Order: sequence, then C-alpha cells, then structure tokens
Amino acid sequence: MSLRILVGVKRVVDFAVKVRVKPDKTGVVTDGVQHSMNPFDEIALEEAVKMKEKKLASEVVAFTLGGPKSQETLRNAMAKGADKAIHVEIPEGDVAKVEPLHVAQAIQKVVEKEKFDVVFVGKQAIDDDASQTGPLLAGLLDWPQALYASKVEDGGSGTLKVTREIDGGLDTIKVKLPAVLSADLRLNEPRYATLPNIMKAKKKPLDKIAAKDLGIDLTPQTKILEVAEPPVRKAGGFVADVPELVQKLKEKGFVKG
Amino acid sequence: MLSTRAFLTNSTRIIPSLSSSRFGSTLIVAEHNEEKLAPITLNAITAANKLGSDVSVLVTGGNAAQIGEQVAKISGVKKVLVAQDDKLKNNLPERVAPVVLASQKQFNFSAIVAGGSAFGRGIIPRVAAQLGVSPISDVTQIHSEDTFTRTQYAGNAVTKVQSSAKVKCLTVRGTAFEPAKEGGSAANEKAPATDIKTDASEFLGQELSKSERPDLATAKIVVSGGRGLKSGDNFKLIYDLADKLGAGVGASRAAVDAGYVPNDMQVGQTGKIVAPELYIAIGISGAIQHLAGMKDSKVIVAINKDPDAPIFQVADFGLKEDLFKAVPELTKALP
Repeated sequence: MSLRILVGVKRVVDFAVKVRVKPDKTGVVTDGVQHSMNPFDEIALEEAVKMKEKKLASEVVAFTLGGPKSQETLRNAMAKGADKAIHVEIPEGDVAKVEPLHVAQAIQKVVEKEKFDVVFVGKQAIDDDASQTGPLLAGLLDWPQALYASKVEDGGSGTLKVTREIDGGLDTIKVKLPAVLSADLRLNEPRYATLPNIMKAKKKPLDKIAAKDLGIDLTPQTKILEVAEPPVRKAGGFVADVPELVQKLKEKGFVKG
Repeated sequence: MLSTRAFLTNSTRIIPSLSSSRFGSTLIVAEHNEEKLAPITLNAITAANKLGSDVSVLVTGGNAAQIGEQVAKISGVKKVLVAQDDKLKNNLPERVAPVVLASQKQFNFSAIVAGGSAFGRGIIPRVAAQLGVSPISDVTQIHSEDTFTRTQYAGNAVTKVQSSAKVKCLTVRGTAFEPAKEGGSAANEKAPATDIKTDASEFLGQELSKSERPDLATAKIVVSGGRGLKSGDNFKLIYDLADKLGAGVGASRAAVDAGYVPNDMQVGQTGKIVAPELYIAIGISGAIQHLAGMKDSKVIVAINKDPDAPIFQVADFGLKEDLFKAVPELTKALP
C-alpha cells in the first residue's frame, strides 16, 4: 500500500498548564500561556510517520485550522516527519469560536480537492475535550471510522485492521479505505523533533488557505453563555493513622460496626 | 383554491415550529452488549427526560428485540424503536447511523442523545454531521431544551452553552445523571427500514477484561492505584482492599502506562470519569488529568507517603504513610 495520510493537528494550551478562567467568565486565559501540539495529535502523527517508514504510506500531510500561531504546530509536525502542511487560517480572535464541525468541514474540502486514503486525528483535543472531529468527518465523507486506535495494521485488500480501546477492553475492526482514524494514548510513543529535523522542517512546503476561501460557514451553532471555575473542593486534612481512617469511614457509613 | 393553498403553506410553516417547541421529542440511541442494556443508557434516559419532551429509545443489533423488551420497562420511555438485523450485530457506527437517520427522517426528533461512552461518542457526531449540526459532548447538566453545561480543560472550566442547532445531538456524562428505574410500559415498534451497507467495516472480535468486581463507572466505591504500587503484582494489595469493600478498581495513567493494569481501568480526562460515594486513591500523586476523572466523588481518601502530593488538596481524609504498610493494615482492619 502506498497511502496518502492527512493528519489533523491542533495547537492547544499545554497539558501541564493549570488553566485559569477569565474574571469576566467568557473563557479561559490563553494569552501568554504555553501552548503545544495536542498530545493525541502527536500520537496520530507519529503513527502516520511510522506507517510511512513501514512503506504502508507514501506521504504524510499535516493539517490544521487555526490562527496564525498554529504555524508553529505545523512546523513542529513537519520536524517530526510530516512531508508538508496545510494551514486553513482564521483570525487569532476567532480561534475560541471554532467548533469541531467547522474543522471537519474544512478537512472535507481538502480531502475532496486532493485524494487522501486516511485522515488521522487525535481522539480528543485536551482543551475542548469534545472528541468529535473524527466521527464528524467520517459522517460528512460517509467513510468508515476507527476511533480510539491502539494498534493499526494492514488488513489486506485495501483495508486497515484497527484494534480499539473501548470501555470494557479492546475490540478489533477492519475498515475499508478511505477511512477516518483517531489515535488513543496507547497507540505509540511520539518521537522528539531533533534539531537537524527542525531546521529541515523550515524548508518543507506549508500551504496557507484562508478559511473564507474554502467556502465553509464558520457561524457557531453553540453559543458560550458562561465559563466558570469548577466548584472548589476543600482538603479535609490528614488522619494520623489507619485506625483513625477506619473510624472516619465508619462515621461516614462506608464501614459497618 | 387559492385560499386553500395559502392555508396549506401557512400551516406547514406553523406545525414544524410548534413541534420543536411544544411537542419536541428525543431519541436515545441505546447501548448494549447483545445481552444486556448498558447502564449508561439508563443515565441517558434520565438526562433526556430533562429536555422536557417525549423520549423514544432506538435499539439496534442482532438481539434488539430482547433488549427492546428490557428498555420498554424503564420509566420515562414512551416508545421503543427496534431494529433487529444480524447486519447490526456489534453496532458498528457505519451501520447504526443510517438507522438513526431513517428514524430521524420519519419522526423528526428535536434531540438525539446517547451516553458519553466509546459507543456514544462514536455514533452521535457521525449522525450530527449528516444532519449538518454541531454536537455537544459529555453534557453534565441540562438547563432547558437548548441550554447545557459541560466541562472543558480536564474539568477545570465549567461551560454553559446554548445550542442553535436544529437538532440537538448530545452525549451525556453518565455519572452526572441518576439511572432511570424500572416501572415503565412503553410500546415497542419496528424502526424504519433502511439500506444497511456492510462493505465499509467489519467487526473481527473483542477482548474484554473479565472481572467479578463492580463496573468501575457505576461502582459505589472505587479503589485506585498509581505509580506508587511499583508493579502489577503489587496491585494485589488494591484488589484485596477493593474486595473487602465490594469496590470497583481503577488506576492512574502512570499505572496503566507502566503496564501494571489494562487500559480500560484508567480513571481521568482520557479514561473513565467516575463519581462514586467513596474514592480511595493509593499511591496516586493527583495530576490534573487524573483529578478530572474523580473529583466529583462524594468522599475522597488519599494514601500517599508524599505530603505535598496534589491529591491531598482534594482529599477529605489524607493518610501520609507508606502504602505497603498502610493498605494491608487497612484491609485487615475492615470487617
């Protein structure tokens, strides 16, 4: 097989940052906050690059829909092995209003223009926690979907065999190409971009397309009314030893006697 | 003649708007394992009833008629649509989505809902895309037919949203809604027939973790272990304690990544979200991503030898002690 793989990557607030809600409750503070590639997208990208190394794939293209700063994420993707990148650009101020449906529609347009055999995304973005782009895109294209992949293999005669992480364990399905895949945490261990590769990535092609030229409607269907801090839990303090803990559990009714 | 036509166009304009506001109806896509209804569907039924409309449940699968009988007895269900077909066995999303869409076409539901499980998160957006609407994931509160609360950023932002989508496509967080109880007597009918293509995907098999313990997502008590356990063998300490308490067993990502326990035991942002009466975290530091999966537990107990571990900031009772000493002692002290 020599598949062309499009990998969706998203620039998000870094996973280690403890986010703060804005005092006016319109969103979370993102200015001056460390951002990086969504961890699940790194995994999807790594798998696509591995498929290329195994001669399963011929080309890996990174895709993002985002503000001008998303370019860093695409350069990073190319440093990790993507051959080129496509940036559907929106004004930085509109980034918070983008819904997974818009991203899926943009990918659909790109896929209709150029032939891809696989679109690979992360199982969810750690900022909106929506976990929608993969199945939305599969729905728009009417392609089969293999979500939460923990193993991807050639299934023979134009199919992929995908092991998925589901609630009670694992299942294995075969999807006919073209297909949409999403990556779960256990799929692989993403590589680091080396300095020479970061330098090389600067010369790789990055196509910029303004979202408005793509002919997609970015009108939000979901209006954010309020973003609040979660209720704060108060620490109850320490117990001295196991007998005191048992006593407390008895008082709460978890232990009889 | 002219006036009749004017009347007809008028009424067709009025009726749909009425049906979406006053006579709205919700479709729940049921989840099951071909033998039993998945508990999260019961939570979804409770959530759907908060939308203030009639609730129908669609059951698809190779054994849908029997599952449909189970669903018909659930309180709060008005109608059960049954699509029994061997092609629907194992409920592959490529095959279930056309049945949902055919049902939508016939009954014009104002909302389509499923539990926020791997199944629900796979089917709801796929259906939403084909209806051209933005879905809303993992809803924790329903305020009205169009206003919902969900969390973002690993539970660190609670967001209230209003959807203008013509059909609300939702997945709901199981632990945020009580399970619906028995006591209903809904009518069962056949789901609208549709062409189910089978060439796009094929189910090859599954490997489920077998356990006699209560299901993690719905257990009243959960005991979880982390990196501090140091090995898979040492997880026996966790199992022994859990068995004394009749608890489900969970794990942090570190314990899963280290291979101590299987993936489906992971509690957190990217694993399972639990909200038991009692959560006992053992050898777990309490990273943001882990807290996202358990901080709605009623009572949290933490056992950790590091007094600065973030888990102690959310624990009702913290025990600063070596788990290898404290856990066996605790297990022994319990009746």
